[in-house]
Amino acid sequence: MARKTTTAQMTMATIFAWAVGLIMFFPILWTALAAFKTESDAYSLPENWWSTPWTTENFGIVQERSNYLRYILNTTIIAVVSTLLGLVLAIPAAWSMAFQPEDRASVSWPGYVWLVIILGAMAAAAAIAYSVGWAMSARPLLGLLLIVIFSLPIAAWVWTRRTGDKLLWMLSTKMMPPAGALIPIYLIFNRNGLVFKDWGWIDLSEWNLIDTFAGMIPLMMLLNLPIVIWMLYTYFKEIPFGILEAARMDGAGLWQELSSVLAPMALPGIASTLLLNVILSWNEAFWTLNLTNKYAAPLSFFISEYSSPEGQFWAKLSAASLMAIAPIMVLGWFSQRQLVRGLTFGAVK
Amino acid sequence: MTTLLKSLLGACALSTLAIAAQAETTLTIATVNNGDMIRMQKLTDDFTKANPDIKLNWVTLEENDLRQKVTKDISTKGGQYDVLTIGMYETPIWGKKGWLVPLKGVDDAADLLPAMAGGLSYEGKLYASPFYGESSFVMFRKDLMAKAGLTMPAEPTWDFVMNAAKKMTDRAAGVNGICLRGKAGWGENMAFIGTMANSYGARWFDEKWNPQFDTPEWKAALTDYLAIMKDAGPQGASGNGFSENLALFQSGKCGMWADATAAGSFVVDPKASKVAADVGFAVAPDKGLGKHANWLWAWALAIPAGSKKATEAEKFISWATSKHYLELVASKEGWANVPPGTRKSLYANPEYQKVAFANMTLASINAADPNHPTVKPVPYTGVQFVAIPEFQGIGTKVGELFSAALAGQMSADDALKQAQDYTKAEMTKAGYIK
Amino acid sequence: MATRQGQALGRLAVAPAVAALAAWSLVPLALAFYYAFLHYKLDDPDNTFFAKGANFYYFVTDPFFAKDLFNTVALVLLVLVITVVGGVLLGILLDRPFWGRGIVRVLVISPFFIMPTVSALVWKNLMMHPVYGFFAHMWRSVGLTPIDWFGSHPLMSVGIVVGWQWLPFATLILLTALQSLDEEQKDAAEMDGAGKLDFFRHIMLPHLMRPITVVILIETIFLLNVFAEIKVTSVGGIAGNLTYLVFSKLNDDNNVGEAAAGGLIAVVLANIVSMFLVRLIGRNLEA
Repeated sequence: MARKTTTAQMTMATIFAWAVGLIMFFPILWTALAAFKTESDAYSLPENWWSTPWTTENFGIVQERSNYLRYILNTTIIAVVSTLLGLVLAIPAAWSMAFQPEDRASVSWPGYVWLVIILGAMAAAAAIAYSVGWAMSARPLLGLLLIVIFSLPIAAWVWTRRTGDKLLWMLSTKMMPPAGALIPIYLIFNRNGLVFKDWGWIDLSEWNLIDTFAGMIPLMMLLNLPIVIWMLYTYFKEIPFGILEAARMDGAGLWQELSSVLAPMALPGIASTLLLNVILSWNEAFWTLNLTNKYAAPLSFFISEYSSPEGQFWAKLSAASLMAIAPIMVLGWFSQRQLVRGLTFGAVK
Repeated sequence: MTTLLKSLLGACALSTLAIAAQAETTLTIATVNNGDMIRMQKLTDDFTKANPDIKLNWVTLEENDLRQKVTKDISTKGGQYDVLTIGMYETPIWGKKGWLVPLKGVDDAADLLPAMAGGLSYEGKLYASPFYGESSFVMFRKDLMAKAGLTMPAEPTWDFVMNAAKKMTDRAAGVNGICLRGKAGWGENMAFIGTMANSYGARWFDEKWNPQFDTPEWKAALTDYLAIMKDAGPQGASGNGFSENLALFQSGKCGMWADATAAGSFVVDPKASKVAADVGFAVAPDKGLGKHANWLWAWALAIPAGSKKATEAEKFISWATSKHYLELVASKEGWANVPPGTRKSLYANPEYQKVAFANMTLASINAADPNHPTVKPVPYTGVQFVAIPEFQGIGTKVGELFSAALAGQMSADDALKQAQDYTKAEMTKAGYIK
Repeated sequence: MATRQGQALGRLAVAPAVAALAAWSLVPLALAFYYAFLHYKLDDPDNTFFAKGANFYYFVTDPFFAKDLFNTVALVLLVLVITVVGGVLLGILLDRPFWGRGIVRVLVISPFFIMPTVSALVWKNLMMHPVYGFFAHMWRSVGLTPIDWFGSHPLMSVGIVVGWQWLPFATLILLTALQSLDEEQKDAAEMDGAGKLDFFRHIMLPHLMRPITVVILIETIFLLNVFAEIKVTSVGGIAGNLTYLVFSKLNDDNNVGEAAAGGLIAVVLANIVSMFLVRLIGRNLEA
């Protein structure tokens, strides 16, 4: 039974809500208007937005100057392929975490032992590095070894945690300030970069990941992997577990189990995850701006070309902005629910 | 991890194959999004027709982004770009480090203006070929000047400019007496404030590399700058760089504008500028100390050392900075739109002399002296910059402080004090101050 | 069901994801750790040497450090206030029946899908420009002097832009939570003649506490690293945060060593915050 609402109340609420909605949407609307004006009219938009002539020339200028189609293709490739790649890693992980009955860690040392091991490994790595004079870039193999010594105990620690802790650890990788990781990643990606400079035993003279899909796709995949796993986990958790056993009792084989029982129940969750991740990768700007130039440059890069050209540029900027945001905004409208769930890691459904 | 590594290496192998399959040479050119550069991109058919085996690939970036990307690439020998667009600041520093290929095939190198060739060389070798060069001057509205009952002298003083700016200001009509750069950045507001300070007798460093922001000359320059912007400047001046001021001037909101000579062609272009018919030009102001507030800058094309495509790149650079290119632009877009400030022959051309700002540009360029930029002696070269690697960071931070002062976030004294402290710390860190 | 074999298989299934994330989070960190102890400037790579703790010292004593640390916190708090208060109000509004709910909902959530660079550029130019911007026009039309948003109030302006982007997120979550509030509960409260304010304070707010915590936690993760909005509007000198400071060490000074040191300091600070956040999220998830 719905609450009774009088027509008057309804009208009031309608007017008020629409006003608020339009205010929130206004900057986007305003950009859309400016995109269809000439440059000089765009600067006097508030005075005469209705009376000045409309034009679509800005879109033509933008396409001619920057080849928008290429950027949107790059964006789509990076967003979709990285998400698919992420799913390949995430589905088994989320699946097993959701269905494995909580097991005890096979190595169940208490916390302080772990702490000692981790700190000890770090100290050992530092001591080795110090004793050889920090010349890691000249001895890349040693550098790699140090990284392994440094990170192995942490990986082992994560490995033996319970599901909840594993998930939280994954989430915590998203909290790292990207600026701190930029230079290391830049140097790893770089051809002849200082990190891989003299690897004698493997030829890396053609190594270059900057501005390539081979670099950007795994990077974007790793950026969003925690969210993918989280989201899938919450969806998989809801699949009734008993149904599997029932199917098994009926003599269903593994393949049947997968194709006719599990897939139909899991697919909606996978689809939602895919959608949200495409949105997130689409809007990523820090890494793409720093690591691409042309061949693998996505829309964030395209927009940066319009941030301050000479003279009047608002109409062109607006047209370019509209071209960059419209597809993903429309996609976003259809994924409101998934958005809530994905971004709250399942805490709010 | 294995999955990741395999797919990664697989993708790498694929991309390597794809590159190997191409027979023609593709030159990747990193360039700045200035009007003259964007115009060049439209005219490259002329080059690719003559060189069908060379393909051009443009990476157009905003000035700060360009500088950051190019620096990262060249210092890690990344090899992303075959042709770099760099300025007069980087060229001698990078030339000294051996990061650039010395240019030999530049079209008629003897024809380059001595100020340009000098600023782009290190130890007599030219490391970058100037695409366009500029100094700074004052653009003003003849109609508003007459309305205020004043006549612009050929060589105005700061006192005259400030007085005129106040008289020309009519905020009700949307006219600001003067528009000046306020946006933070060593190439933005510091280019202007630095040269203004030069004319006031100030300097960045004394002979022993001690920062000089605690001197009365700096205080006078900054105080005057802030005062005139408050009385006669536009709203939101702390966000205005070259582009923003250009838009303001073109739409008739500025009485005067002291900025790059390269702006000349844009303010007299009747298609873009509402005030094209009323623009006059004058030399950058002085304070009676013998130094005018004009800078010297060039955007130039260079080749990173170790490039495998140096021959093709040099061919392109030679074309883009040639006399032939100037004629090409003139035939397509008129003489006023030719990239200015690089060649003697251009200024000897009677056709070009008809352009309103031509002679004023040449005089301004010749008046700037990178080797003796200030009234008092200094240990550095460069007019509006200091040609040391540390300057980029220092100039940007000081620019941010002065921009904050302009926005009313701090007083002139605070800005100068913080600038002094910061610069001193940086110079000590870098080992200049012992 | 939980056979030994099944368990082994399960562990194996998680392994690639854990390994990939471990590599992603630890390798850059280890390298940053290495660079943080070097004097290494991109524009002077020949002069690279072991610098002990100098980079950390210089970063912390940088005149901009204290201010940027303050800005980081202030920006997070400002945006949280905008989004949580705005989100509760908008959530309540959108939960009411009215004509065109679907469309209004779409209008309200749209800002969330805008690329940060785009929204910063649009706000800086079209909306907040002190001469031609929409606000300037509004101010002039009622006879006021236009505000120089990014010039005079940079931190607040960045806060408004970021708040605008994140308000839809808060609204959407709080609205979802409100819709799960039992209809009957709402009816009963109405029949009891409970005042609107009482209803809000005693039923709605307690019900919203958990989603509000979630909003705060998740937004904080993202807001600590606000970057594009500061860079594009070029207010980094005054309203920069720690992320921006690290970036400018790299971008303006070309100082890899100090940037790496600054990055590590930012990582430590973010981890202190995230330790609390992760605990709270964890508790919320279990509840």
